[in-house]
Amino acid sequence: MSLLHIAVLIPLIFALIIPFVYRLHKRLHLGWFVLPVPLVLFIYFISYIPTTMSDDAVLLEADWMPKFGMNYDLYIDGLSLLFSLLITGIGTLVVLYSISYLSRKEQLGNFYCYLLLFMGAMLGVVLSDNIIVLYLFWELTSFSSFLLISFWRENSASIYGAQKSMLVTVLGGLCLLGGLILLSIATHSTSIHEMIANADNIQTSPYFILSMVLVLIGAMTKSAQFPFYVWLPDAMEAPTPVSAYLHSATMVKAGLYLVARMTPIFAVTQGWVWAVTVVGLVTLFWASLNATKQQDLKGILAFSTVSQLGMIMAMLGIGAVSYHFEGSESQLYSAAFTAAIFHLINHATFKGALFMITGAVDHSTGTRDVKKLGGLVTVMPISFTITLITALSMAGVPPFNGFLSKESFLESVIEITHVDLYNLSSIGVLLPIVAIIGSIFTFVYSIRFIGQIFLGSYHEDKLPKKAHESSLLMLISPIILALLVIVFGLFPNLITSSIIDPAVNSISKSVSKPAEFHFFHGFTPALFSTLLIYLIGIILIFTFSYWVHLLKAQPDKLTINYWYNNSGKSVQLYSSKFTDTYVTGFTRNNLVIIFLTLIVMSAIVLIVTPVSINFKDVSNIRAFEVVIVILICVAATMMVLAHSRLFSILMASAIGYAVAVFFIYFGAPDLALTQFVIETISTALFLLCFYHLPNLNRHNETKSFKAVNMLISIGAGLVVTIIGLIAYGNRHFASIANYYKAHVHDLAHGKNMVNVILVDFRGTDTLFESSVLGIAGLGVYTMIKLRSKKNTKVEGGNNNEQTEK
Amino acid sequence: MNYSIIIIIALIIVSLSMLAMLIRVIKGPSLADRVVALDAMGIQLMAIIALFSIFLGTTYMIVAILLIGIIAFLGTAVFAKYMDKGKVIEHDSNNNH
Repeated sequence: MSLLHIAVLIPLIFALIIPFVYRLHKRLHLGWFVLPVPLVLFIYFISYIPTTMSDDAVLLEADWMPKFGMNYDLYIDGLSLLFSLLITGIGTLVVLYSISYLSRKEQLGNFYCYLLLFMGAMLGVVLSDNIIVLYLFWELTSFSSFLLISFWRENSASIYGAQKSMLVTVLGGLCLLGGLILLSIATHSTSIHEMIANADNIQTSPYFILSMVLVLIGAMTKSAQFPFYVWLPDAMEAPTPVSAYLHSATMVKAGLYLVARMTPIFAVTQGWVWAVTVVGLVTLFWASLNATKQQDLKGILAFSTVSQLGMIMAMLGIGAVSYHFEGSESQLYSAAFTAAIFHLINHATFKGALFMITGAVDHSTGTRDVKKLGGLVTVMPISFTITLITALSMAGVPPFNGFLSKESFLESVIEITHVDLYNLSSIGVLLPIVAIIGSIFTFVYSIRFIGQIFLGSYHEDKLPKKAHESSLLMLISPIILALLVIVFGLFPNLITSSIIDPAVNSISKSVSKPAEFHFFHGFTPALFSTLLIYLIGIILIFTFSYWVHLLKAQPDKLTINYWYNNSGKSVQLYSSKFTDTYVTGFTRNNLVIIFLTLIVMSAIVLIVTPVSINFKDVSNIRAFEVVIVILICVAATMMVLAHSRLFSILMASAIGYAVAVFFIYFGAPDLALTQFVIETISTALFLLCFYHLPNLNRHNETKSFKAVNMLISIGAGLVVTIIGLIAYGNRHFASIANYYKAHVHDLAHGKNMVNVILVDFRGTDTLFESSVLGIAGLGVYTMIKLRSKKNTKVEGGNNNEQTEK
Repeated sequence: MNYSIIIIIALIIVSLSMLAMLIRVIKGPSLADRVVALDAMGIQLMAIIALFSIFLGTTYMIVAILLIGIIAFLGTAVFAKYMDKGKVIEHDSNNNH
């Protein structure tokens, strides 16, 4: 255990302590106790920057279940450090923000417990080197996210959203587990960095494609990619700090982290490049289109998050092309990795701030509906400034950081069309077009976001509360984030060499050239497309009321939500229908299933395997045996055909006595004795039962029912007979009976071999058979004596008298 | 040798008579016919076992003969009681659960 191991566990430990603090200490807001945790961790992780800057990676091992290959190994390189800093940094700000956002009337103990649980899980995901531990933390993020979304659990929408996100992310999580297991089978290792070192083994293994698909599904569900983004807009029912933290800055980026981490393993196939890029672009396009028509501020931000995640995903896909080239050409495409990492940081800053402002506006006005809001610029000037900065950054306007990363994105998308690989040059033309259209809509909703809240006319009467500027405490975090937006925008070099470059180096194969970002780098296609985006975007904003109807005309059937809800309903419907087909409540139907299974299974085995019926061990048939067999057959037939119950019982006992005679004939006096006694007692018991039973009708006994029963019984009899004959004819070893015969007297001092076996050689069986009898006796006694009083009063007295013959 | 022929003949005769009893059990218009036929079958069974013991030259089956004797009596008594009173075991009049 090193300090880093403890650092990952600290949030989890505090998650245990915090509820107790909450119980004991009520005067100060609980958030103040939580705040130091991410802050200290953030400072601690900053101390790793010099290590990763020199392209060193630290691997710290701790045994957990070494035989199983599940060890608590942590690996810190540029990529995981970047994510750790994001998690702890944004975590600090979110905790600070939540202090003013959540009042002390809320269940703060729960909230901070879940939040810390999530924080620890997320740190575990990005720092784990062991895939099984990674999966463990991965599921813990899903789980804690579920708890956080359903924080206001009286609200049915929260429960719905939480369930939806749980189902989707756990589906992905399980796929991921499958993929990871396949990877570990292919490499005989559970360590990620060893897998990357042995990537060749994976690429030649038969599981390569399957594991790639499964890992991708896992990453796509977590990162809300098309078509798995459905859960994210509904997760907006969570408290705003949660939305800001989980659903914009950290959890949804876990999928991106995974894609980036697995790139060195999978990037050699065109499937990976295509899947990641296309899914990312489709998500970017689809979500930005949907974001423009949302009426709820958080809805806009949710779809915007989805589209930005799609953009980062697409860049990771494009960057993977660099694995197919060498040298400088490779560096050209790995520039997309730089853009992806830079945008990842930028998105965390501006989206976090936007969510926090949304929460502040919600707190101040009591609504998040864009139709009611407007004209708040004079009321909330600070919020307006922050929104202006961050939303413009989201739209990709200079001089903010969003512009830089969007420029790099467009550059790499245009660059990709020049690649002479997998037909990218022909179909690839579509990629920049889709990206540009997506960016136009991003521009539209970002600018409208500012306008909808702060510009226009102020409707005081529509707002539930009287609007006012938020408290300073609530604004500190968004102000810090907005400052970062400006600082990263104006001085990107502050973080390029220290954070971005190490992160890119841990994704890409070759050492990439140091990242550089400029506001203006000549008249490139990227610049022209940016200008085109602004132009069309501005035109679209002014004509918004004309074309928004087109978007809203999207029929319900074409939304993924519709299919999600429908599939949820139909799964329930069809599974209950299916269950109803065989769970009928009739024992006879269950027996039909059991016997049919027996017949079919045995028949298949008999047909598939070569069997022979061998008569070599069969002795001569004697006359008296035939007589008894005929007797038994007649009695059995009469028993089945009998109309009266009494006659059936008589025939059953006739069979029993005939069997006893068999025993005598085959020289088994002990068996015969027992059989005689038992047969008599059971006949008596049958008669006793028969006497108490009401005269039940044999209902529903149609001809086809009887025919089916007959077929099944004949089948079962045939199968058992054939198996018996085969078994008899194919004995491979001599019987052990000779040993008993030889030693019954000298070892056990007995002459009756059956009895010696029962009480000496195999005495344990006898012991437990005796206990079975004891249990049966006790059971009968309890059933008779301890009937509930109610029944006894109603029926008990009558039961004895109701005799029907 | 002669013995065994005699025994086999005896066995066949007893078996035939048992078969006749069986027909009575199956056909028997009333329950009483069947019970009486069954009782007789039990006794014929005793005879068969006794003949078998001689045939196989063993004394281990004697116990079975005695047992069948007891059981046949018990069974017949039970049936008789059942037909008489409609129940086999009578309850204590005080303990009417």
